[in-house]
Amino acid sequence: MTIQLLAFYFFAFFAVLGALLVITLRNPVHAVLSLVLTFFSVACIWMLMQAEFLALVLIVVYVGAVMVLFLFVVMMLDIKVAAAREGFIRHLPVGIGVALIMLAEMVTLIGLRAMQVAPPPNPAAMHGESNVAWIGTALYTQYLLPFEVAAMILTVGIVAAVALTLRHRVGVRHQNASQQVAAVARDRVRLVSMPAERGDPGAQP
Amino acid sequence: MSWNDVLTMLPELYLTGAICVLLLFDAFAGTRYRSAMHWLSMLALLVTALLVVSAQRAIPATAFSGMYVDDTLAQILKLFSILSVALVFVFSEPYLRMRKMAVGEFHTLTLFALLGIMLLVSAGNLVMIYLGLELLTLSSYALVALDRDSPRATEAAMKYFVLGALASGLLLYGMSMLYGATGTLSLPGIAATLPVTPHQSLAVFGLVFVIAGIAFKFGAAPFHMWLPDVYEGSPSAVTLFVASAPKLAAVGMALRLLDVGLHPLLPYWQDMLAVLAVASLVIGSLVAIVQSNLKRMLAYSTIGHMGFLFLGLSAGTSFGNAAAVFYAIAYVLMSTAAFGVILALARAGFEADRIDDLRGLNQRSPWFAGLMALAMFSLGGVPPLFGFWAKLLVLQSAIGAHMLWLAIVGAFAAIISLFYYLRVVKVMYFDKPAEDSALLVSSDASLRWVLSLNALALLALGVFQGPLLDWCLRGFGG
Amino acid sequence: MLAQLLLVLWTLAKVLAITLPLVIAVAMFVYWERKVIGWMHVRMGPNQVGPLGLLQAFADVVKLLIKEIVVPTNANRFLFFLAPMLALVPALAAWAVIPFSDGLVLSNINAGVLYLLAMTSMGVYGIILAGWASNSRYALLGAMRSAAQMVSYELAMGLALVCVLVLAGSLNLSRIVEAQGGGLLHWFWLPLLPMAVIYFVSGTAETNRAPFDVAEGESEIVAGFHVEYSGSAFALFFLAEYANMILVAFLASILFFGGWLSPFPSTWGPIGQGSFFWLLTKAFLLAFLFLWFRASFPRYRYDQIMRLGWKVFIPIALVWVLVAGLLKYFHIVTPGA
Repeated sequence: MTIQLLAFYFFAFFAVLGALLVITLRNPVHAVLSLVLTFFSVACIWMLMQAEFLALVLIVVYVGAVMVLFLFVVMMLDIKVAAAREGFIRHLPVGIGVALIMLAEMVTLIGLRAMQVAPPPNPAAMHGESNVAWIGTALYTQYLLPFEVAAMILTVGIVAAVALTLRHRVGVRHQNASQQVAAVARDRVRLVSMPAERGDPGAQP
Repeated sequence: MSWNDVLTMLPELYLTGAICVLLLFDAFAGTRYRSAMHWLSMLALLVTALLVVSAQRAIPATAFSGMYVDDTLAQILKLFSILSVALVFVFSEPYLRMRKMAVGEFHTLTLFALLGIMLLVSAGNLVMIYLGLELLTLSSYALVALDRDSPRATEAAMKYFVLGALASGLLLYGMSMLYGATGTLSLPGIAATLPVTPHQSLAVFGLVFVIAGIAFKFGAAPFHMWLPDVYEGSPSAVTLFVASAPKLAAVGMALRLLDVGLHPLLPYWQDMLAVLAVASLVIGSLVAIVQSNLKRMLAYSTIGHMGFLFLGLSAGTSFGNAAAVFYAIAYVLMSTAAFGVILALARAGFEADRIDDLRGLNQRSPWFAGLMALAMFSLGGVPPLFGFWAKLLVLQSAIGAHMLWLAIVGAFAAIISLFYYLRVVKVMYFDKPAEDSALLVSSDASLRWVLSLNALALLALGVFQGPLLDWCLRGFGG
Repeated sequence: MLAQLLLVLWTLAKVLAITLPLVIAVAMFVYWERKVIGWMHVRMGPNQVGPLGLLQAFADVVKLLIKEIVVPTNANRFLFFLAPMLALVPALAAWAVIPFSDGLVLSNINAGVLYLLAMTSMGVYGIILAGWASNSRYALLGAMRSAAQMVSYELAMGLALVCVLVLAGSLNLSRIVEAQGGGLLHWFWLPLLPMAVIYFVSGTAETNRAPFDVAEGESEIVAGFHVEYSGSAFALFFLAEYANMILVAFLASILFFGGWLSPFPSTWGPIGQGSFFWLLTKAFLLAFLFLWFRASFPRYRYDQIMRLGWKVFIPIALVWVLVAGLLKYFHIVTPGA
């Protein structure tokens, strides 16, 4: 048993454990954290498969950004835990049924066969490149168009978010930074030279 | 990437650039130039259409390492999508202005959706199918929710979004299985690998999910649950869009996936599509009868029409495919006409979306009652209108593929559905207008003219359906 | 099996060889900070414990360790204690890929820059959870501010990193240093000057340091996310913050200032050769900037922080990615030997 195999079982255990906790924990914040644990463990498994780009991007994007925002929302919302869990037991048999069917599918269609055939060679290693460089080359040559279309989808996301949430409220005082920076002393203060006046101290009453 | 790639997909690139310019214009020009957004969008559509037409070529061209395919099928679908989006803009402009919804995002998001449609119908790769679809649906979710203070629109958008995300997940899951079975994402590559792959059972399994994803996007039963709610809940202008161009995209997607990529699995998907077709025909024609909301009724009628469309697709022949494309075009033009009348009658505070709202339309405006009747007759498949020929062709193709029972179900569904279309006509012509009703047709000149043209086209294309059919057949080498 | 066990032990020894000096460096850096700020305020700074007050930091550590940890009422105990660890572990783990000198690196992985991004982006969990688990309004507000700030500035920081790796053509930190070979003018600070500034300022914001320390903002929300922490739990947050500061200083030296390379020509004998000494000097000078900032600038307002991140840094960084691409494409900047 090599260290890699041990590490795989270690991470796989935590991935499955985290996934189970996501649906069984009562506290939504704990559930989100379990999801983070699952993502992290899966990233580690990918790392073991030498897919370092996918592993690290999973952490940067999902663990580092998406789940943080998700955690934000969960913390801000006052989720009624009891209400959310209503029907959990009732729907459990259906859920287990679906899960079993999916498992059976995967085992029969993919699992058993995958155990018999050797895994395909690592394309990056065949080209003598690192995984990141290989993905980068593929992304910017063969998959250039999908890459750019994905950018358009993200643009739609921004436009939609702005269109659905931006409200111009009246009476809000915004700081206009460029106006502030553009201010010159000459426009604000005028220095006038005038002769010093010397009043007669004795004239005061 | 070469210069040639860029030239091949010039229409899409132009549209992308135009959208970006419009976005900036909308952000910086201020509210005074809102109506300019409308005309600039129309200009962008016109130029895109011209670019599509100018790219007419005898043999299909591919670009970006097979990601993008430009052929006659893509051109037909693109041209009619552009046309329908133009109709959407014209019909919805007065509606949006009256409802203070005249935000520039309506135009940019609709154009983004159009871009998604154009990419989708030109896809040569599973990745492009998925991305084009996401571009289309993401824009649609946002459009449905655009009337953000309306709880019904928000609810509709949420339903659409959740179910749509689920469907995308199913589609992606199926695609991953196809990739696992064939080792390629390219659609022609999949078609070439499928007969020789040892993992055919895996591919068939993936096919099930792919079909489910396609059926959802069509709104075919039993994946139709979102459709009535979205049609009813969204602002009529958005309903008009959702009911038009995306159906062309769905046909394009189905043809790319099933005809180009998965044709070797024809025996499997033929039966699945037949089942979907029967379910949609039954649900579409029966449930629509009891609806009192016009938009909801049209939603169920859409489900029924999708059943007819699947009749053509399930034949799996080039004639069946051409019939499906013809049907989609017919459906889009009919639904723009029907929703156009709703939009023409809608005013601030009055949606004109109940069937009763149309009571006595004939007395108020015989011309528009006539147009609506034309649309309804065409939807019902009354000869010699456009809808009749569309129905005839798909039934013929089903018979041609030895699926006589399917054709019989279709014929029965057509007869049942005629009932509720005629009910609308009856309400318009034979019912007295309500005392307090103030049915007024919009005074917007372009709306009135274009709507008339749209409805009359149903008649014209019904009488002279030959050239369009030939064009559709040419898309499949016929 | 034995060989593998030895490998594990050897790696552990290397990890200790990095973390122990790091912890001591943090202690000395805290002392240095108090001294420098003292001088800038025309004060003496710590001068009582040990010669020149040098043992002050250690005295503070001992004080913190023997203090009681107070857990607030209704706090989520598990997360309350997990949070400081979640803050510290990524701060330490990031050091695994830092090349201290040519070949002197714990793990010379290909995707080093990505690994760094991954690790620094996870530090935010410690802060959010600390704020939430404390069951305190101030702590939650501080956590929210800090998390939003870290997520925002990560983008500008990431884009600055993109510029570096476009020019270096590699994600490996050792390769990046080697690509800057050839003297002072070949270091990336020159072609990427705006990025170097953005990177360092974003690093300041990422570590929640002044003038971006609204997360602690003692005048408004007492001490932000760690207001409820005391004793050794607080010490862990403290350690994480300073370890992150030193990390940002090291990274800036590696990415923009030639890492272990010498600023002098290699013909100048020993001082012309690259060594750990040079990296340490550069990092020390950059870390000094943190203290300088703190003593010089008033705190930014929250909306100003967001404006700077989203409306100034990100657009500049986006443009500079293009510039970096052009510099590379036209061979204006070529990776050095």
